Amino acid sequence: MLQVSGLRASAGGVEILHGVDLEVSSGEVHAVMGPNGAGKTTLSSVLMGRPGYEVLEGRVELDGVDLLSLEPWERARAGLFLAPQDPVEVPGVLVADVLTEALSALGRAGTVAQVTSRLRAEAARIGLDEAAIERPLNVDASGGEKKRLETLQLAVLAPRIAVIDELDSGLDVDALRLVARRLELETKQRADGSSPLGVLAITHYRRLLDELRPDAVHVLVRGRIVASGGPELAEELEQTGYASYSSG
Amino acid sequence: MSAPAAGLARILAVPPPGPGASGEPRWLAERRSRARAALERAELPTEAEEDWRYSRIGELDQQGFLEQTGVVPIGSPAELDQVVDALRAASGVAGVVRTLDGRIVGVELGAQAAGLGVEVVGAASLEEAPDQLGELVAPRADAFTLLADAAGADVVAVFLPAGLQLGAPLVVLHELSDGGVAFPRTLVLAGEHSAASIVEVVASGPGRRLVVPVVELSVGAGAELAYSSIQQLGAETWQIGYRASRLGAGASLRSFSAALGGDYARQLDQCVLAGERSRSELLAVYLGRGHQVQDLRTFQEHASARTRSELVFKGAVADEARAVYTGLIRMRRGAVKADAAQTNRNLVLSKGAHADSVPNLEIEENDVRCSHASAVGPIDPDQLFYLGSRGVPPEAAERLIVLGFFDDLFSRAAEAGVGAYLRGAVAARVTGAAPLPAPSAA
Repeated sequence: MLQVSGLRASAGGVEILHGVDLEVSSGEVHAVMGPNGAGKTTLSSVLMGRPGYEVLEGRVELDGVDLLSLEPWERARAGLFLAPQDPVEVPGVLVADVLTEALSALGRAGTVAQVTSRLRAEAARIGLDEAAIERPLNVDASGGEKKRLETLQLAVLAPRIAVIDELDSGLDVDALRLVARRLELETKQRADGSSPLGVLAITHYRRLLDELRPDAVHVLVRGRIVASGGPELAEELEQTGYASYSSG
Repeated sequence: MSAPAAGLARILAVPPPGPGASGEPRWLAERRSRARAALERAELPTEAEEDWRYSRIGELDQQGFLEQTGVVPIGSPAELDQVVDALRAASGVAGVVRTLDGRIVGVELGAQAAGLGVEVVGAASLEEAPDQLGELVAPRADAFTLLADAAGADVVAVFLPAGLQLGAPLVVLHELSDGGVAFPRTLVLAGEHSAASIVEVVASGPGRRLVVPVVELSVGAGAELAYSSIQQLGAETWQIGYRASRLGAGASLRSFSAALGGDYARQLDQCVLAGERSRSELLAVYLGRGHQVQDLRTFQEHASARTRSELVFKGAVADEARAVYTGLIRMRRGAVKADAAQTNRNLVLSKGAHADSVPNLEIEENDVRCSHASAVGPIDPDQLFYLGSRGVPPEAAERLIVLGFFDDLFSRAAEAGVGAYLRGAVAARVTGAAPLPAPSAA
């Protein structure tokens, strides 16, 4: 379970998160929706420990492990995964090399060849051209390819909690469906029998949530969760927009 | 400003290793005398000279290399055989030439190469000096090339006959003893429309020494020469190296160098595109750790019309290491529609490390294209964070990113075996899995 309590954080000396509380359990899909500038990407960045953000107050725990005291790679080892909004290009580095190193640090060593064959199988499931995994990671990849590469890595690393930031951007409807199905499968039943994935999906639009059905929806406005509810809250937002929360 | 002439004299006082002067051909003895005479008036360069800015030339005299005593054979460094193994696995080799302290100690030419007329001989077997010997490097000649002429033990002379199509690389391995000064010398004469590949490796042990390699590559009209060089010197070796190439009409040179070792390792690389439509590709990777200084100087000289050169030098420095790159593109009058590109990129991996990158253009012709790009900076923190977010620990992430930074050059190396060897060698050096011995270590 991911527990975020009273999280206040700043970037460049400006407080952006003013106290965020969230709980995502294994097997659940939670959506955080909000207008531009609400602090959505700050939230995902702070959870993973991206440099440039300062935590002012609050706690973040994953299955009881205090994440805020850990380096990003240690948070990943503790079971957290971040699919960022815009994955960075890593020239000359193959996704198989990255995952081989990551699995080795997790004590789940596999050879590059084993990881590559695993990636090929995963690529087929989400309609990603195999050639994309033979190219340097994210280099010259389309937006849609990047999102599928993120899904691919998530599937191989099998984290406990995945924070996915604007996963739908760049994906067409069919691709979004495939990716969402793949994620959903992780939240239900895992190949190795480990506890199912918990997802924190950060998104501006409802589009993603038509495919990745959330158990809970939270509305983030001006650095605070101003409303929480079931999937119906996403539909309501589609009708009314964020204005009613912003003005409040 | 005046040179430590006494130091030069100390080197000259010691006869060169190998066959005594009496057994040498006359041209070689005469060549030595001329060089000795010229050295009387020569001065060691100083940092005040443009080509030696940022260098460590001022420390040379304190290093004690010039004593030329205590030469201790250390046995063949493992790197030499590792490169040969990598080449055999990738493409096979056409032959292996070995030198010890610059003197040829073995030439094994495969039946194919010998049958095709490839010849590799030492100075003693040359009845007269090939015209190109010393001539190609002459524009960059200084006290060190004179010293090489005066005191060098031998010449590895490689003759590639016209029209040759050599399918596998010819390997030249230079092994250096500890102590003293050595002057490995290589001359490659690629006949018209020949196609061949040469791989040179220079390696030394942990002891203190100076090595002054002089390599000259003459690429005949229409010939295609691939030249790869791997520098794996020991932690206390100084190198002051010279490489000069000249291309005939329509000739092509693909040059790839890797500078990994040495304490202070300088490599000058001059490519003269003498013939029309000749083209060169000059690629290099260099890596500095500890207190190493990698010092690289390049000259792309376009002397004829429609010549093309592309240079890409990439380096990484960690710990307290330093890298210097200076590169000059010179477009001679008449180099109409010549095209030159120069790129130098440096990754600075530690606070204490430093890289200088100084591109220069000298253009005497209007109708040319020139471009240069240079960059010095740390690893992109977004890349480190991204790999970290996958669970990759920082040291492994840094290794992946540095290898990735060099990867396009490894892939472009003319010999796949060279690329394969370097992927391993660079990975080992970046992680410190096979660090250079500490300067104080025995």
